[in-house]
Amino acid sequence: MKKVLAIVLALVMCLSLSAAAFAGGETGSVYYLNFKPEVDETWKELAAKYTEETGVPVTISTAASNTYEETLMSEISKSNPPTLFQVNGPVGLANWKDYCLDLTDSDLIGELTSQDFALTEDGVVYGIGYVIESYGIITNKALLMKAGYTVEDIQSFADLKKVAEDITARKDELGFAAFASTGMESSSDWRFKTHLANLPIYFEYQDEGITSTDAIKGTYLDNYKDIFDLYINNSTCDPAELSSKTGADAESEFINGEAVFFQNGSWEYPNLTADGAFTDDDLAMIPIYIGVGDEANQGLCTGCENYWCVNAEADEADIQATLDFMKWVVTSELGTTTLANDMGFVIPFKGAVESPNVFVKQDNEMTAAGKTPVSWNFTTMPSEQWKNDLGSALTAYAAGTGDWDAVVSAFVDGWATEYQLANG
Amino acid sequence: MEKAIKKFWPVFVIPTFAAFCIGFIWPFIQGLYLSFCRFTTISKATFNGVQNYQYIFTDASFLHAFWFTALFTVVSTVCINLAAFAIALALTRNIKGTNLFRSVFFMPNLIGGIVLGYIWNILLNCVLTLLGKPLLSLHAPYGFIGLVILMCWQQIGYMMIIYIAGIQSIPSDYLEAARIDGASERQILWKIKIPNVMPSITICLFLSLTNGFKLFDQNLALTGGDPAHNTEMLALNIYNTFYARSGPQWKGYGQAKAVLFCILVIAISLIQLRATRSKEVQQ
Repeated sequence: MKKVLAIVLALVMCLSLSAAAFAGGETGSVYYLNFKPEVDETWKELAAKYTEETGVPVTISTAASNTYEETLMSEISKSNPPTLFQVNGPVGLANWKDYCLDLTDSDLIGELTSQDFALTEDGVVYGIGYVIESYGIITNKALLMKAGYTVEDIQSFADLKKVAEDITARKDELGFAAFASTGMESSSDWRFKTHLANLPIYFEYQDEGITSTDAIKGTYLDNYKDIFDLYINNSTCDPAELSSKTGADAESEFINGEAVFFQNGSWEYPNLTADGAFTDDDLAMIPIYIGVGDEANQGLCTGCENYWCVNAEADEADIQATLDFMKWVVTSELGTTTLANDMGFVIPFKGAVESPNVFVKQDNEMTAAGKTPVSWNFTTMPSEQWKNDLGSALTAYAAGTGDWDAVVSAFVDGWATEYQLANG
Repeated sequence: MEKAIKKFWPVFVIPTFAAFCIGFIWPFIQGLYLSFCRFTTISKATFNGVQNYQYIFTDASFLHAFWFTALFTVVSTVCINLAAFAIALALTRNIKGTNLFRSVFFMPNLIGGIVLGYIWNILLNCVLTLLGKPLLSLHAPYGFIGLVILMCWQQIGYMMIIYIAGIQSIPSDYLEAARIDGASERQILWKIKIPNVMPSITICLFLSLTNGFKLFDQNLALTGGDPAHNTEMLALNIYNTFYARSGPQWKGYGQAKAVLFCILVIAISLIQLRATRSKEVQQ
């Protein structure tokens, strides 16, 4: 047994040595530091196929959930740094601009369906969005039907409020609640401190005709309060318990049929349809109405916060290899089908294959019907600290230990201070 | 024997010394330098003088974290050592099942801080829900008490083992002589046992003081600093300074805080060591 083990170990060593020798060749190599743990395996398979086809070695490594910045920081100062990494929008770019290659003249720009998906600063393209996602209120159609409503009945905040409060009134008779728990546990409160908070920011930006700001006014914070109140008061649990509830709790409540509505995004599709929990016909995603603007024409919140950046400090050959790899991923048949079918991504490139994701299809239908998608303005939030402070104020408000004024202060005053701190 | 040591000392000393230099001295010097810089990655740092240190003293959250940590350290050190010493006394009286009790009390120490933090988070939140009180991350005093309970549960067993070793090494003729002279149990405890276990007390106080000051995992997992940074301790404050905002200046601020923190911990433990060492007796 020991002998076998020794032989195996020796073989592994030879393999890695030869791989290392190979990687040092003239062709250059690719090292992608992936952000999304759920698609780590699929990236590795795709990379292996690319290496088989072209002989260029591709290493894929994934940062554990919520530790991307930390991982990137330590990886990028190593002697074999990632050649391809990602930032999450303008605020993330501020940290990494020195390391981002100018992509203005790269082939990939021409492949984008819209120039909006390029991350630019002062006219220079530093990042390329590679996945578009949508979020809204995921609805269990069968339960909604049981309560006597259909998705078409909900066309505005007033409708949503009426339906939710009716379900709550008949909660014991129906056996389910309107909303899955608004989990405010710090690992998953991004659904509310980031995604839900996007709506008041979006409408304010629309009013002012701006795309970012150093001081938010909070014009629509009352509407933010309305929707948050609706969530926490018509939910599966007592608002005082929300600080210990996670997104996973909400997901399992939704899957178990304990709630009709669940605010989350198109990335939930694989989880919700796994093991036959739901079929495409059971699910719908409705826009998050907060009672502002033209609600009849409001679409889902659709946007991008994942931008590919190429490491400008990498070797010339590695940079070229990385650009070639990126191009192959978004143009080749194998690349595009893997991204669409196996990772469930919608990519903003001309060669994209249609995704089987029902939420994505819905987003396309809504856009085709003339509804305006709500853009992702949360990428302009001044810092992680701002989000954390808002999350903590929301949690206290939900539990009754804090008041709404604290939320307003975290939102408005916090924005100004954090913007100063981050850019001062 | 002595000749062999004279000849071979480098074999014993150099590997450890090299590891100490590579793993501690060099990173410390590098860290010291970085605390005077703005940087995103450590390979690209630009020197900016004492600005980072100037910033720290204007940062109210750092000061709050310092006082919170200091209070926590005092309370947890007292609780842990009193309880550990009491249990150690009880378990050196030849009662039945002593070994079983020792193992059971020691066991929590084998579980990692993050795991413990989450376990206690669930446990305490359940209790608070039943009592109808605000949960840990909503009410700073509960968060503080929660942290103390958690640390006691984890550390008492470890300190207990050290105290047991100390008590067992007291020569039995001291105790016998005291009993023959008619000393009461209380007198034996104060005049013989405690002076003789002073070396153990020095070590235990040192460990629980530094552990309290450096606490990170348990703090992160149990309360995460909530509500509104009120239960944020120094180590977590440094971590948040480093990662919660983008921009090169924050790495420098975090680094400067870390250097200050390191000096503080060293200073406090040196004072404590000197103070308790002076009370130790020679057997």
